Amino acid sequence: MPLFYEKKQLVAPGDLLAEGDYVSGDSTYKENGKIYACRLGLVDYDGKRVHVVALKAFYIPVPGDTVIGKVVETMPSGWVIDIKAPHLGRLRASDVVERSFKPETTDLPSIFDVGDLIIANVVEYDRTRDPQLSVREPGLGKIMRGQLVEVTPTKIPRIIGRQGSMVGMIKRETGCQLTIGQNGLILISGRSPEDERLAVMAIRKIEKESHTSGLTDKVTEMIRKERNAVESK
Amino acid sequence: MTSSIVVNVKKKRITELLASGKRTDGRGLTDYREIQIESGVIERAEGSARVRLGKTEVLVGVKIATGSPFEDVPDKGVLTVNAELVPLASPSFEPGPPGEDAVELARVVDRGIRESKAIDLETLCVEPGKLVFVVFVDIYILNHDGNLIDASTMAALAALINTKMFKYTVEEGKIVKKPGYTPLPMTDYPISVTFAKIGNKLILDTWLDEEQVMDARLTMTMTKDGNICAIQKGGGSGYFTKEEIVEATKIATEKTAELRKIVVKS
Amino acid sequence: MQLKANKKKTKRERETMTNKKTETLIDKKGIRLDGRKVDELRPVKMEVGVLPNADGSAYLEQGRNKILVGVYGPKEAHPRHIARQDRAVIQCRYHMAPFSVDERKSPAPSRRDVELSKVIREALEPAVFLEYYPRTSIQVYIEILQADGGTRCAGINTAALALADAGIPMRDLVVACAAGKVDGKLVVDLMDTEDKVGEADVPVAFMPNLNAITLLQMDGKLSPEEFETAINMALDGCKQLYAVQKEALKSKYVSVEEDKEE
Repeated sequence: MPLFYEKKQLVAPGDLLAEGDYVSGDSTYKENGKIYACRLGLVDYDGKRVHVVALKAFYIPVPGDTVIGKVVETMPSGWVIDIKAPHLGRLRASDVVERSFKPETTDLPSIFDVGDLIIANVVEYDRTRDPQLSVREPGLGKIMRGQLVEVTPTKIPRIIGRQGSMVGMIKRETGCQLTIGQNGLILISGRSPEDERLAVMAIRKIEKESHTSGLTDKVTEMIRKERNAVESK
Repeated sequence: MTSSIVVNVKKKRITELLASGKRTDGRGLTDYREIQIESGVIERAEGSARVRLGKTEVLVGVKIATGSPFEDVPDKGVLTVNAELVPLASPSFEPGPPGEDAVELARVVDRGIRESKAIDLETLCVEPGKLVFVVFVDIYILNHDGNLIDASTMAALAALINTKMFKYTVEEGKIVKKPGYTPLPMTDYPISVTFAKIGNKLILDTWLDEEQVMDARLTMTMTKDGNICAIQKGGGSGYFTKEEIVEATKIATEKTAELRKIVVKS
Repeated sequence: MQLKANKKKTKRERETMTNKKTETLIDKKGIRLDGRKVDELRPVKMEVGVLPNADGSAYLEQGRNKILVGVYGPKEAHPRHIARQDRAVIQCRYHMAPFSVDERKSPAPSRRDVELSKVIREALEPAVFLEYYPRTSIQVYIEILQADGGTRCAGINTAALALADAGIPMRDLVVACAAGKVDGKLVVDLMDTEDKVGEADVPVAFMPNLNAITLLQMDGKLSPEEFETAINMALDGCKQLYAVQKEALKSKYVSVEEDKEE
């Protein structure tokens, strides 16, 4: 049963990856017993599963994800949130306001207004309806300050690192607070703009070199070098 | 949405029947519906024809005017083909300027007439660079029950055959009418056949239900001596294999000859 | 993205356009106006990811053709009534810049632009997994910056790259090439003069994995046998261009790799 590429090789849409008794994973599809790539990325074979880690893919909401979004519309029943996905997210007023909420008397824009950034959880999503969001849990809600960085969503796992090791390192080295949205948006809040800048640099480096190894050490080194260079001026 | 539910059920029935070589109205895969052609139905037009292909109904009027030629072809008359999906023809047609379907329809029919040189545009030149005849072919869809392209090509051809131009002389650079008429000089009689792909079957002359479930369509227009003068794939997000196209070409050669006899005879 | 000016038309080309003599399109040695043989494609260059704002983008040069495509989406379909409940829709706009041709072209869409937008959309749709994103639209904007024949094929090649660049899942790349008849001979990849003065033009778009022809048009006059040969020539050209497309996509990634070495 042939495999046509080696692990971590670059493949493009339409490339034949495997033929035979395999299962098609992310960014691949199966037709007539053959598995093809449907996105540009690095192929990986995991036992019987063939998948591609896409170089670029847009975010598809998964219930349980934490996302950062922008309020784009207020309606009597709640808010419409742009979470950088093919569909707009919905936040019901009843999620935020107490049970006895009356649309006529509650001033929704005073809670979240168009242009506000919020951190929310995805609670429900299937392709036939827009994703439903919630800000009930602690730590969610309106973002008051900080810098927003956008990365391609497929790089988020690398930025978090195994058991949070990468993001933990960035927090330690830069002293910044990082809130990571699965949809590719990262909120950085630091003690000074300089600290935030280092955090942004770290994220950009991880995004570019996500496929390399020993990255945690390389990024740590880069942050320290950069900090010394600035401090010696 | 209820409409897509209906379409799925229809598609299943149509595909099942096709697998055994049958169609919902009993026709063979390459059979056309009943064709009725009437010419000269609009007296104020220089030429006209009304074609009924099953329940699809198309009216074509030909008007001839004079005008200046295009700069890059100063010795040729001008042909312009326009199509209107008139709102009364179907609940899905809306008033307004021609949308992409109307534009495509007009351009495909135009290609058939132009590339086959059905009308010899040089004979429409009065004074090179200054004065030529302009032939307007206007396609008016009156009822949409599928296969507008073939019905329109037949109607346009019949209308052109029916077209009479006034006799004239040229005096001091101006056209002066003389008594009497001559038929529009024609050198070819292009006919189109449109295939629809449903599942992996090719069928001709789809009626509306078949058209709504087809994966893709392929129109081939042929000249009287069996050459191809226009092809257009369209009508859906499906595709054809090269083998299907070769098969279609063979069927088209036979079928266009058959249909041409019907149109020219009328 | 580098825009480079090529040589302007040769004397032989200009004469053929004015005289409309088909006999000068191919000379006695079988060489065409721009020095090519009948089965030769124009030199082509493709680049991916050239527009920072678009979700996906690509730029292509083929002979004197200069094509730029930007893709946005999938995103909520606007206006609402164009949305489909069962799949995404592709909104495709083929548009020529006013300065792209010899005589300035009005920016308003012509009927040709309308038809080409439709057939190009229909050529790309079979490749995209539209059913994954119902109620959304994918916008494909094809801008012809300079035109020299075969722009719908070049537009499709560029659009396929831009869609892949946007991370939109595709069954295969769509590749397109035209063949035709010029001065009595069948040729591949017609340039503008050959298209205008020649006897037939057959643009073809193809998805190699599925053996699927997604665009097929023809105008001119060909016998059924000539037509079949022309399709084969076009498909042959498609295979060559498909390799260039794959290379363009993959080399974008490689250049990201090289950056890191600095």
